[in-house]
Amino acid sequence: MTATAVVERDFAVPDIRCAGCIAKLEQGLVRDRRIAAARVNFTEKRVHLSCTPDTDMPDLIGAFSSLGFEAHPIGSGPDEADAEAETSRELLRAVAVSGFAMMNIMLLSVSVWSGAAGATRDLFHWLSAAIALPTIAYAGRPFFRSAWRALRHRRTNMDVPISIGVLLVSVMSLYETATHGAHAYFDGAVMLLFFLLCGRWLDSVMRDRARGGVTALLRNMGTGAMVFGHERSTRWVDATALEPDMVMLVAAGERLAADGVIASGSSSIDLSLLTGESAPQTVRPGDVVHAGTLNLDAPLKVRVTAAGSDTAIADIARLMGEAAQGKSRYVRIADRAARLYAPAVHCLALLAFAGWMIAGAGWHHSLLIAAAVLIITCPCALGLAVPAAQIVAAGALMRKGVLIKDGSALERLSEVDLALVDKTGTLTPGRPEALDLGLLDIGVKSLVLALAQSSRHPLSEALTRGLQAYDVRPAEVASIRETAGFGVEARWADRTVTLGRPLGTGLGDALATQFAVDGRPVATIRFADQLRPDARDAVDALREAGIAAMILSGDRAEAVAPVARELGLTAQTGMSPQDKLAAIARQTALGHKVLMLGDGLNDGPALAAGYASMAPGSASDVGKNAADCIFMGDRLMPVVETVRMARRTQTVVRQNFMLAIVYNVVAVPLAFAGLVTPLIAAVAMSGSSLLVVGNALRLKGAIR
Amino acid sequence: MNGLILLIPIALGLGLLGLAAFFWSLRQGQFEDLDGAALRIFVEDEEDRAA
Repeated sequence: MTATAVVERDFAVPDIRCAGCIAKLEQGLVRDRRIAAARVNFTEKRVHLSCTPDTDMPDLIGAFSSLGFEAHPIGSGPDEADAEAETSRELLRAVAVSGFAMMNIMLLSVSVWSGAAGATRDLFHWLSAAIALPTIAYAGRPFFRSAWRALRHRRTNMDVPISIGVLLVSVMSLYETATHGAHAYFDGAVMLLFFLLCGRWLDSVMRDRARGGVTALLRNMGTGAMVFGHERSTRWVDATALEPDMVMLVAAGERLAADGVIASGSSSIDLSLLTGESAPQTVRPGDVVHAGTLNLDAPLKVRVTAAGSDTAIADIARLMGEAAQGKSRYVRIADRAARLYAPAVHCLALLAFAGWMIAGAGWHHSLLIAAAVLIITCPCALGLAVPAAQIVAAGALMRKGVLIKDGSALERLSEVDLALVDKTGTLTPGRPEALDLGLLDIGVKSLVLALAQSSRHPLSEALTRGLQAYDVRPAEVASIRETAGFGVEARWADRTVTLGRPLGTGLGDALATQFAVDGRPVATIRFADQLRPDARDAVDALREAGIAAMILSGDRAEAVAPVARELGLTAQTGMSPQDKLAAIARQTALGHKVLMLGDGLNDGPALAAGYASMAPGSASDVGKNAADCIFMGDRLMPVVETVRMARRTQTVVRQNFMLAIVYNVVAVPLAFAGLVTPLIAAVAMSGSSLLVVGNALRLKGAIR
Repeated sequence: MNGLILLIPIALGLGLLGLAAFFWSLRQGQFEDLDGAALRIFVEDEEDRAA
């Protein structure tokens, strides 16, 4: 290895599916001499590359595509995400430490329970203390910190009784040990910490996993453009480094990385992610184009006018910030329970202390009972009740291709009663599909396939995709040549066949392509963005689940009407992002809990404002970031399945709470009566936790 | 009682060893890609193929 510096780069590769892909990528990529090492992270669908500094982004992406993979560069994540990953690692360490301590203390405790007495019991108690006290100091920090924060703001949360209980019990047990007492509760205190930490950790694992999945889907981060430098040479510039007055070269099929004015070339631009408009817009030199839109036809030279946070997207981002504030007011079910629970627990403990003092038991005995009440009433079951159910549900949904961002999303999804749905990209897949391919002659089909296969133009790709359903083989053609902006041309048995832009057929705006032999048109194929195959079933299933649906579209009324008619839905058309926000606010004011389904940049604020929101995997980055969950694939049914799953999860969560309450009804009187020995506390706590986790696991088979 | 003086440190020491091993593997990033680790057993190394 030479001493040259190595640059580390991360790529999202959504198509890593099997061991074969791992082998192909890791062994294939390093064949490029500039790539020193490649490491696949299968869980997050990422590849980490170490390469020499002179390697350009397009070369690296080219290295991926030559292996048959689509790769998207990702920048280093936001600091906030790193901080969250660090929290979850800290929780895992705390779980490990408390688990180790719990098992070892239990080892000693069992001997005490089974009859060790005198000096042996004291020794075991001292040993337990030696293990428990450092453990509590280390593993208890997340609780102590949060409790301290709450107390400082003169509030109380679930962590306050937990912290007081654990600390009180430790001090009392230490006193017991020093005075040769019969009972020390070190095992109980550590066990409580262990189970509660498990709950917290599960919650953070769920967020981590979803975040990993979302990062793999984000495309905009780290994208960029080829920019003209000195003497017409081009170089790759990251989107963040683009500056006004640079001239970018945007190839057909590429997304614009910045706002700009067209300097030369004419093409059509797909605006669907920006406005919801399904028909492409023709652009000429001097026209303004926006970041995030897709160049469909021919290469364009675009003079950058605004880049980075100055783009039109920034406007939408501001709207989203405002919209998201409403959502942060949502209080999770566990916190709502804690609000009732924490004061009750404190009162009970105080009552127990006062009661025994009045009965003349002495402060030592009374404190011991109060501590037992605190420990028993902060049931681990309550800490595990919600996260255990939610992570099982999220895991089951993830296998179905639905990513849930966090637990509160599941809670909110279970309550929605009205769905507002975007059209382009949500009810439809948001990409053109070839129409009436079945009418074509078989020979024409194979020629069209041969020509379409050789082009990366979006319409060619749609043709290739469409023709695959007809079991045709591509015809043998020679000297294939693609002229940007016009089409593909080839020789076929000494005739010239072309596939390209239709000439003067008066089709208007409609997307179409023409197949011609020796310049004579043979067939004209039209394209349209059609409904997802199961859109009708999904809308019906939603209605059955008590959720009415309505279309909110940024598209023109003529384009939305057929869709609305077919699905039997009412629709509002030509809506701006502000209009969509207003529509949601109106429905919320009427008392509805709105599920927003959308994909585009223009849906971003609405997705952030909805009570809950979902976006398809093909959505814009803004849409994916704003939505609570993301569903993959061409089917719309996952939306319904997710809502059903969310409702079932909420049922299980409620059952778990019921279990916790029943447990308290039984255990609290025992603790009050001073009958809870360390053995009873251990059995009660672990028993109830197992019951709750077992109940949560039932969700695993809930969707097939 | 004499047996305990020997056995308890051994028990705790073994436990600590396990904990230390876990922390080591955590820092080595062995838990970063659990699904991938399950699949890597199917990956043929370059050397294997040559053999």
